[in-house]
Amino acid sequence: MPRLKLTVLQIGVGLIFLMLWHVLTVYPISGTPKQVQFFFSTPLDVLKRCWTLFASGEIWRHLWITLVETILAFLFGAGGGIIFGFLFARKELLAAVFDPYIKAANALPRVVLAPIFALWFGLGIWSKVALGFTLVFFIVFFNVYQGVREVSPVVLSNARMLGMNERQLLRHVYWPSALTWVFSSLHTSVGFALVGAVVGEYLGSSAGLGYKIHEAESVFDVTGVFAGMLILSVFVILIDMLVTMIENRFLVWRPQTSLAAQT
Amino acid sequence: MDQATSLAAVALNDVAITFGPKVGGYTAVSGIDLSVRPGEFVAIVGPTGSGKSTILNAAAGLLKPSQGKVRIFGNDLAGLNLRSGYLFQQEALMPWKTALDNVAVALEPKGVSRSEALQRARDWLTRVGLKAFVDRYPHMLSGGQRKRVALAQVLIRDPEILLMDEPFGPLDAQTRQIMGNLLLSLWAADRKAVMFVTHDLEEAIALADRVVLLSAGPAARIIGDFPVPLPRPRDIAEVRMEPTFHHIHKEIWASLRVEVQKAYAQGEGT
Repeated sequence: MPRLKLTVLQIGVGLIFLMLWHVLTVYPISGTPKQVQFFFSTPLDVLKRCWTLFASGEIWRHLWITLVETILAFLFGAGGGIIFGFLFARKELLAAVFDPYIKAANALPRVVLAPIFALWFGLGIWSKVALGFTLVFFIVFFNVYQGVREVSPVVLSNARMLGMNERQLLRHVYWPSALTWVFSSLHTSVGFALVGAVVGEYLGSSAGLGYKIHEAESVFDVTGVFAGMLILSVFVILIDMLVTMIENRFLVWRPQTSLAAQT
Repeated sequence: MDQATSLAAVALNDVAITFGPKVGGYTAVSGIDLSVRPGEFVAIVGPTGSGKSTILNAAAGLLKPSQGKVRIFGNDLAGLNLRSGYLFQQEALMPWKTALDNVAVALEPKGVSRSEALQRARDWLTRVGLKAFVDRYPHMLSGGQRKRVALAQVLIRDPEILLMDEPFGPLDAQTRQIMGNLLLSLWAADRKAVMFVTHDLEEAIALADRVVLLSAGPAARIIGDFPVPLPRPRDIAEVRMEPTFHHIHKEIWASLRVEVQKAYAQGEGT
């Protein structure tokens, strides 16, 4: 499909949705507008609220905090995942011994950890970073583990026949192979870092996007909740675009079709 | 025999290779006696599943023989045979490195500095005709071009022995001829010992000084050893027109055909 046509259709769907929302909440179709607006707000109100949030400069601080939490959670999670992924993939025994514990830890819904982390790390950013870490770590860990173990045996044999020692194999074969898998899961892991940050903020904090949404919710300010959600979505899309740019930069060597392979 | 063995670049003495358990495992080859002199080009031919690659892997040290000995220039082989270069049938290039880096990295284990390695890699890529493609990643190259890169990657290390496992198998007929001629011209420069595995008898005769014939598996043995007295330098395409070529081909094919039929009969049985 031509790009232009696609873009027009994509915008069309959004506009129709907003029109429906507007019509149903502003005109007395499904009840008195006042009542309906209490539950659903109106698109114009939400946009107006977003505008005030940015115009007053209030939102920047919250965006910044959420961003910092996301980045820290991603860096720590990815770092830990890479180190342990490598270690476990190269040491069979370690992987075998820890296997049930890794699975058990990964099976745990992370939300239940939030109060514990709040207790351990306080209500500041570190409890959110910790929550994001637990999400990112496992994604990256499993991907690196897989990446190291699924190195093509022919490429590996070839590298060994070229006389590479363990360190050189690590640098030229295992590491790039694992990195491919890390990058292919980058969208997922960055997304989860953000989820960890926002959920953490939502459950107990004094700043961040999650906090703003929670604050609005606790006074039944539906407009505020939707405004927070809208800002959060745009924020996520921007981060995702950044990730795509980084990915294209690092995976130039890959044929285009396999870029779609994501976990 | 012992004299010949100690002079040989590669010598296999009574080698057998069994996969799986010692009893009840699958014996791919057994009783293999084969030696390749320095500077000699030996082709190993046999039907599918005759353990051609298995023998090559034993000479490379990638497989440890269950029985018998592998000697490289008179020394018992322990671990990988790093005096040899191995050209694989499958894709063996590192997909995350450019052609240039793939070739240059082969010099890193030898302790060659990065800048010198890059310089020499450029030279080698020029010699295999890929001067304009040094910055391409493997997926941007054709199958034949990737083989050229792989050939440069192996040869830049200047190994004393070349082990080749149906290296041109996946290529189309024309590309195979071009690659065969390229290989012969590169080989003529410094005549390394070559073990070249193929199922293509014509290719084997056109390239080699000697054709070794394996029986059908399991427990394949060497059932023929034919010298190829064709003059060098050869052109792969033209040498096929020579009467001597036909003569040798006829002689080897008579034996090979029986084994191919055996291999097929077994294949249908399973």
